Amino acid sequence: MNKSLTRLDWIGRGFLVLTIAVAILAPVLALVPAKTSMFYLPPYLVALLGKYVCFAILAVALDLVWGYCGILSLGHGAFFALGGYAMGMYLMRQIGTRGVYANPILPDFMVFLDWKALPVTWWGFNWFAYASLMVVLVPGLLAFAFGWFAFRSRVTGVYLSIITQAMTYALKLAFFRNDFGFGGNNGLTDFKDILGINVQADSTRAALFSISTLGLALAFVVSKAIVSSKYGKALVSIRDSESRVRFLGYRVENYKLFVFVVSAVMAGIAGALYVPQVGIINPSEFDPANSIEAVIWVAVGGRGTLVGAALGAIVVNFAKTFFTGAFPEYWLFGLGGLFVLVTLFLPKGILGLALATTANRRPPAKPEAATSAAAKVSEVKS
Amino acid sequence: MSEPTQNPVLTSSLLYLDGVAVAFDGYKALRGLSLVLAPGEMRAIIGPNGAGKTTMMDVITGKTRPDEGDVYFEGQYDLTKLDETEIAELGVGRKFQKPTVFENHTVSDNLLLAAKAPRSVFATLFGGAAKQERETIDRILGITRLGDERSRQAGSLSHGQKQWLEIGMLLAQDPKLLLVDEPVAGMTDAETATTAELLKEIARDHSVVVVEHDMAFVRELGVKVTVLHEGAVLAEGSLDQVSADPRVIEVYLGR
Repeated sequence: MNKSLTRLDWIGRGFLVLTIAVAILAPVLALVPAKTSMFYLPPYLVALLGKYVCFAILAVALDLVWGYCGILSLGHGAFFALGGYAMGMYLMRQIGTRGVYANPILPDFMVFLDWKALPVTWWGFNWFAYASLMVVLVPGLLAFAFGWFAFRSRVTGVYLSIITQAMTYALKLAFFRNDFGFGGNNGLTDFKDILGINVQADSTRAALFSISTLGLALAFVVSKAIVSSKYGKALVSIRDSESRVRFLGYRVENYKLFVFVVSAVMAGIAGALYVPQVGIINPSEFDPANSIEAVIWVAVGGRGTLVGAALGAIVVNFAKTFFTGAFPEYWLFGLGGLFVLVTLFLPKGILGLALATTANRRPPAKPEAATSAAAKVSEVKS
Repeated sequence: MSEPTQNPVLTSSLLYLDGVAVAFDGYKALRGLSLVLAPGEMRAIIGPNGAGKTTMMDVITGKTRPDEGDVYFEGQYDLTKLDETEIAELGVGRKFQKPTVFENHTVSDNLLLAAKAPRSVFATLFGGAAKQERETIDRILGITRLGDERSRQAGSLSHGQKQWLEIGMLLAQDPKLLLVDEPVAGMTDAETATTAELLKEIARDHSVVVVEHDMAFVRELGVKVTVLHEGAVLAEGSLDQVSADPRVIEVYLGR
């Protein structure tokens, strides 16, 4: 077990090198080679991969709470969507007079609803810095408020999962309403500029992809630092035996709250990176099914490994893109079947399987520990 | 009811339980349990199944709130008003019946988590193991005879070693009072003897309450014994005294 942990660190370093290499290479391949070259990375692929990378950040965030602290959140999509909405609001305000109604202040849907002034919730979103702050603050504060009550009341296990699910569903219904003020059913779309640059230009897409990939690397580094600290050890202990940790004198609710908020902020940043790349955010992002899918990515990749979670998000989404194209009716059955198979046969996911197969190929370690333990016992008996 | 500070029995005690009653859905687990433990004392608690031994531990550590009665620590802290974490911070450590070590951590990490140190999120997030903590860990690995197993996954230890590790974790926590629930259940005779030695060593500078079924083990400890029956104290004294008590023989030893 310890051996596989050190090898996991080796995999972690490999993962970091890979993400940084991809972040540098992808824009080069997207912009430099001729369109006919075999090395050319077409824009649609850049956008698709960028989407997967954002999902991978969400998966790392979810793995941090689920894999290491045992909090099975079935509502992490909500934090992702809130971060996405904050970015979407900034992008909406950048449209300005280029909208259908050419109103310099109000986005089209507000003019259409015959609103006269910008609601307070939209104030400040014309500034990128303010919007970026909200990307972090809104999911963070929601997670803080939610976690404060849930963890203090010692809601755990399936009950906690259910209320996280209820949270994302409630937000979905709220965002569906036109009078809630965030574009209702249609959401936010038709984005033009980000920081004064055309958001749909190939170079912008390549840059967004790079930033997302670096974001994934950063999310991994931060998560790894957290789980490697003494705090992280306490977190795993809470996952395995919560009451024992309480009797050791740890404030379990504070421990859970901190990791839950960090994870929600990460999910929010992932959503903010996602929206300019896909060009739309609407209430369907709050759908409970999205959050459940994220749990499946983590389970498939390998819970409690971080790298596995990112891997799982990318592999499952590749499969989704392929199968929804090839056999659209069967994808959901495939996804459900995948989850069942992984739960039954691969409790540690793809990464766990990979680690186990490489371990089996090596000669078994000498049973030194066992002999010394036996020696101890005989020593004690004498 | 008298003011707590005016009661000399209370003020000189480390642990003071008076008339404690707990009922679960009408089942009376404790009915008027009273017990006083002096500072530095080691006490063995025996009693048949369902006598209320574990419920008593739950009340002292804040897991269960009593319906009636007083529970005081060091003559001044009302334990019925505090939660598990606060009680642990006051200096009450608990070893469970089933060995509960953190199986996915190494032996030394288990001790590190238990070791007395700031417990706040930021202290553990940014602080590593201090020199003092490392010394504590080394010392306890010696006492608990686990020196060679320090880097082993705790889940792979033998049953007896897990029990010792858990006792070691209690020591690392350095509480004023240790509550130890059935430390030798499922142990071999040799392991039982070692555990008795270990506990006696610990009792030199800690107060200890041991709940146990194993009479040979209690005899080996050689301390004052409290017999529980149906949620209250039936008899108290040396093991020979209580063994001779006809009521004790009837409910427990006579079977």
